[in-house]
Amino acid sequence: MSSLLDVKKDFPVLNNNPDLVYLDTAATALKPQVVIDKLDEYYQKYGVNVNRGVYTLSYKATTEYELTRTMTALFLNAKEKEIVFTKGASNALNMIALGFGMNYIEEGDEIVTSELEHHSNVLPWMNVAKKKKALLKYIPLDSTGRITVEAFKKTLTDNTKVVVITYVSNVMGYITPLEEIIKLAHEKNIVVIVDAAQAVAHMKIDVKALDCDFLAFSAHKMMGPTGFGILYGKYKYLKMTEPVEYGGDMIDVVEKYSSTPKDVPYKFETGTPPIAEAIAFQEAIKYLEKIGYENIQKHEQALLQYAMEKLEKIKGVTIYNRHTDTGIIAFNIDKAHPHDAATIFDEHHIALRAGHHCAQLIIKWLECVGTLRACIYIYNDYQDIDKFIEAVEEAAKYFEEW
Amino acid sequence: MASNISDLYNQVINEHRKYPRNKGLIEGYKTLHLKNPSCGDDVTVQVSIKDGKIVDVRHDGTGCVICCSSASVMSEVLIGKTVSEASEIIDDFYELIKGNTPKDEDRLGDAIVYINIHNFPPRAKCATLAWRAAGALLLGDEGEQEDE
Repeated sequence: MSSLLDVKKDFPVLNNNPDLVYLDTAATALKPQVVIDKLDEYYQKYGVNVNRGVYTLSYKATTEYELTRTMTALFLNAKEKEIVFTKGASNALNMIALGFGMNYIEEGDEIVTSELEHHSNVLPWMNVAKKKKALLKYIPLDSTGRITVEAFKKTLTDNTKVVVITYVSNVMGYITPLEEIIKLAHEKNIVVIVDAAQAVAHMKIDVKALDCDFLAFSAHKMMGPTGFGILYGKYKYLKMTEPVEYGGDMIDVVEKYSSTPKDVPYKFETGTPPIAEAIAFQEAIKYLEKIGYENIQKHEQALLQYAMEKLEKIKGVTIYNRHTDTGIIAFNIDKAHPHDAATIFDEHHIALRAGHHCAQLIIKWLECVGTLRACIYIYNDYQDIDKFIEAVEEAAKYFEEW
Repeated sequence: MASNISDLYNQVINEHRKYPRNKGLIEGYKTLHLKNPSCGDDVTVQVSIKDGKIVDVRHDGTGCVICCSSASVMSEVLIGKTVSEASEIIDDFYELIKGNTPKDEDRLGDAIVYINIHNFPPRAKCATLAWRAAGALLLGDEGEQEDE
């Protein structure tokens, strides 16, 4: 067995629930103590509003808040003005569809996406396609459910204007070959929007190297707070994007019949934001970078191989993504509906997700009612996997005999 | 651990899962389609009422064992009851699911087997979906609904 990271102790939820086997990181990652402490620090020490007061405390809060923008820019290799604070990935992806897509897409244009998308990425563009009489096109998946460069290439036409695509599938765990896809898209002047919600916890994202035009993710999927997320956009595209919400803070000059919004990124940020969450997100970045993506991947892969080898041997289990790229395993107990199986896992204090995972298109593609999904992350260990396998064995046996 | 699970997945439930009663829809009945979008349970329930009495209950759909067996059990329990009796039984079933004592346990018939659901709170919705459809039909609702 390869040696693993030893970080379980950093996560209070695990310390407070010693029996818990947490395999639902794809839904949300647990938060390390440093993130929780930083949330607390804001409320305890300088819990006032940002961008408003001229007094010292407000300046302190604003400085901390803006430091998150600087750190996020460094984290993604972007410029600060390209980093928009949002309520999360869903919010960000809707902002792009409504603020950019509704103006950019015209009748007869084609929007290319995939059946691997989370509802948050495909539904906003389904709406754009309907309203603008554009065509929504799906890249045909290969026999294992993957997006391939070849299939992508064939989906493109001279009418393709936008590609809306996930970086990592939240059901199958596959990494989309985005480098080549983006290169091909840009040869045809197609704008590429990337949903990185599931990717950001597992792999380094360099928006410059990737050359994507927009990219969105939530803080909570990478051990940061809930209710906060990031929208990255190339400056020229953010300039073209209209704000979806108008109000305080996002506006420069207000007259009786006209107003001038602030520049990018502030024109997208109205109302009092989730300040503590934004500030505490710094700690999630620091924590992740301290561990390092290389070590995260090594840890995930070691446990994934260990789990897959055992899972494969259990009779009455179907694995949908034997060759997943990240720590996500999509599977079912053949004789049990996912929700019936999930109850057995719950009895074993194993937290995993059962159902369609807000990605009904890939569930339909798999031709099942839903799946069980176990997601391995840095705070899991061999013991967790052993308990998980034991529960799968029990569930398979129970429903086989029942 | 295993005994807990057996409390939930007992023999009666298994019987109704394997051999569902009154399954399949009949044209002309009052029909209500109810689903729980978060988990995918999807049930259509029909009732036929003559002179204030439920003469038939039909159901069809897909979902977990708890949801599908409960639809079958419900159909057996409600057939032959008056509309007001049925409404009381449905209310009693909800009390049972919450872990409370129903007013009249005997009238619940086989539905008493869901007595342990309250130990599995996330599954309460599965057990009650078909009953809620029936309850809504008795109140005069018809058509498509989503579970709240």
